Amino acid sequence: MIYLDYNATTPCDKRVVEAMLPFFQEKFGNPSSLYYLGQEAKNAIEETRERIARFIGARKEEIIFTSGGTEANNLAIRGTIEALKKKGNHLITSSIEHHSVLKVFQSLEKEGFEVTYLPVNDAGQLDPDTLQKSIRPSTILISIMQANNETGVIEPIKELASLAQTKGIVFHTDAVQTMGKIPIKVKDLGVSLLSASAHKFYGPKGIGFLYLRKGTPLSPQIRGGEHERRKRAGTENVPAIVGMGKATEIAAGEMEAETKKVETLRNTLEEGLLSTIPEIEVVSQKAPRLFNTSLILVKDVEGESMLLNLDFEGIEVSSGSACTSGSLEPSHVLLACGYPHEIAHGSIRFSLGKFNTAEEINQVLEVFPKIVEKLRKISPFGKSEVH
Amino acid sequence: MYSEKVLDHFRNPRNVGKIENPDGVGKVGNPVCGDVMVMYLKIKEDVIEDARFETFGCGAAIATSSMATELIKGKTIEEARQISNNAVAEALDGLPPVKMHCSVLAEEGIKAAIEDYLQKKKEQ
Ligand code: FES
Repeated sequence: MIYLDYNATTPCDKRVVEAMLPFFQEKFGNPSSLYYLGQEAKNAIEETRERIARFIGARKEEIIFTSGGTEANNLAIRGTIEALKKKGNHLITSSIEHHSVLKVFQSLEKEGFEVTYLPVNDAGQLDPDTLQKSIRPSTILISIMQANNETGVIEPIKELASLAQTKGIVFHTDAVQTMGKIPIKVKDLGVSLLSASAHKFYGPKGIGFLYLRKGTPLSPQIRGGEHERRKRAGTENVPAIVGMGKATEIAAGEMEAETKKVETLRNTLEEGLLSTIPEIEVVSQKAPRLFNTSLILVKDVEGESMLLNLDFEGIEVSSGSACTSGSLEPSHVLLACGYPHEIAHGSIRFSLGKFNTAEEINQVLEVFPKIVEKLRKISPFGKSEVH
Repeated sequence: MYSEKVLDHFRNPRNVGKIENPDGVGKVGNPVCGDVMVMYLKIKEDVIEDARFETFGCGAAIATSSMATELIKGKTIEEARQISNNAVAEALDGLPPVKMHCSVLAEEGIKAAIEDYLQKKKEQ
C-alpha cells in the first residue's frame, strides 16, 4: 500500500506508541489524584505541556489540551466570543477555512453575529489589505488558518495578526496542518490563539491543544472539574497526551531533515506528472506552500473515479470532487480560488509524509498517467465533436 | 462502499465510446453534482442493436452507464424506455444511498437517446 494522504492523518511513529504504552496499564492514574500514581500521570502530562510550549515558544500555562483540532477550533472561536460578546458582534474569517472553523462561524451567524468571509486570490492567498478594510470597531475576533489542508498554501499570518494586534482584536490561527511541519513561534506570529492536532504529525488521534496567550479572555465550552486551568474540564487523556509530547519531541529533532526529504519527493512527483500528463495543473504551485502537499487538477476527468482507480493500485489519496464529498458539493477551497465547478471536479490531492520513499513515487508516476488516459477515453469531454 | 458488481463495471466498463452515425444520441447532465453522460444508440426497426456511452463522473456514474448499455442492448425501444434508475442500480446489486442520484443519469441518458431517435424518425 502506498499512503499519500498525510494531510488527512498520519500513522503513529513507533516511538510515540512506545511512549504511550506504559500509561494504559501501569501508569494509569488519574492526574487529579494526590497519591503517587496520580502524580506520576500528572508529571507526564505536565512534561508534554512543557515540551509543546517550548516547541512553539509559549509558556507552559498557555497550553490547553483538547480532544483534537476540531475541539481546539471550536473552543477558540466560541470561547472567545462568549467572553467578548459585550464588546461587539463582528467576526472575520476566510472562505478557505477547514469545516471545523467555517461551520462554527456559520452557526454563529444564525445566532445573530455578523461574519465576514475574506476572499483569496487565485493562488489561494489572503491579502492583508483586504483584512484591514474589513475590520470594524465592532470586530472581536479574527480567525485565519496558517496553511490550507487542500492546497498547502501558507497564509501570511504574521502580517494579518499584526493588523489585529494594533487594534486589540483577538487573532486565532488554525495550525493543524503546520504543527510539526514548519517552525512555529507564537510570539513571532503575534497570535492570541493557535490550534493543533497530534494525528497530523505522527501522534495519536483524539488529542490536540489550544495555545491561549496569557491574558486573553476565554470561556470554557466544556464545564466540570478544575482541569486545564478551568478552561477545559474532563479527565486528561493521559496516554494520548504523552504520545503528542513524544511526537513533538521527534518533530523538534527531525523536522528539518524530513522537510528536505519529503519536499524532494513531492517535487519529483509534480515534475513527473506535469511532464507525462497533458492538460493538468498544480494548484498554487508558485505560492508559498507546505512542502508535502500537491493538489492536481486533471481536465475532463472526475476526482472520485481517479481516486478509486488509484486505490485499485494500492495508492491512497483524496479528492475535492463533489462526488466524493458526501454533501455532493465541490471543494469550497477550489471554488474560493475561482476555479469553476467542472475544474474542481477533477481535483486529486497527494499529501506526502516521512515514511514515503522514492520507489513509491515512481510507482505513482508509472500508474497515474495510465489511469488518466483510461478515464479520458470514457469521458465525453476533450473530444471536439460532442462539446 | 461499492458492491463487487459496481466495482467490476467501473473497472472494466462495457461499451465505452461513440457510435459512428448513431440513430439516437442523448446527452444528459446531473444537476446534483455536475456530471455528464452521453448515450449513443444504433437502432434497427425499433430494436436497439448497439449502445455505447461516454461519462464524466464518479464510480457509480460510470458503472451505471455501463450497466445501462448492457440492459438495453437487444431490447425494443418501448422496453428500454421502461428501465428505471432503480432497475439499473439493482442490476448492480445496489448503490450507496448518497450515490442513487448517479443512476438517474443512466435512466435519463437512455430516454434522451430514444427521444432523439424518435424525433429524427419523425423528421424523415
Ligand atoms: S455522478 Fe457525481 S456523485 Fe455520482
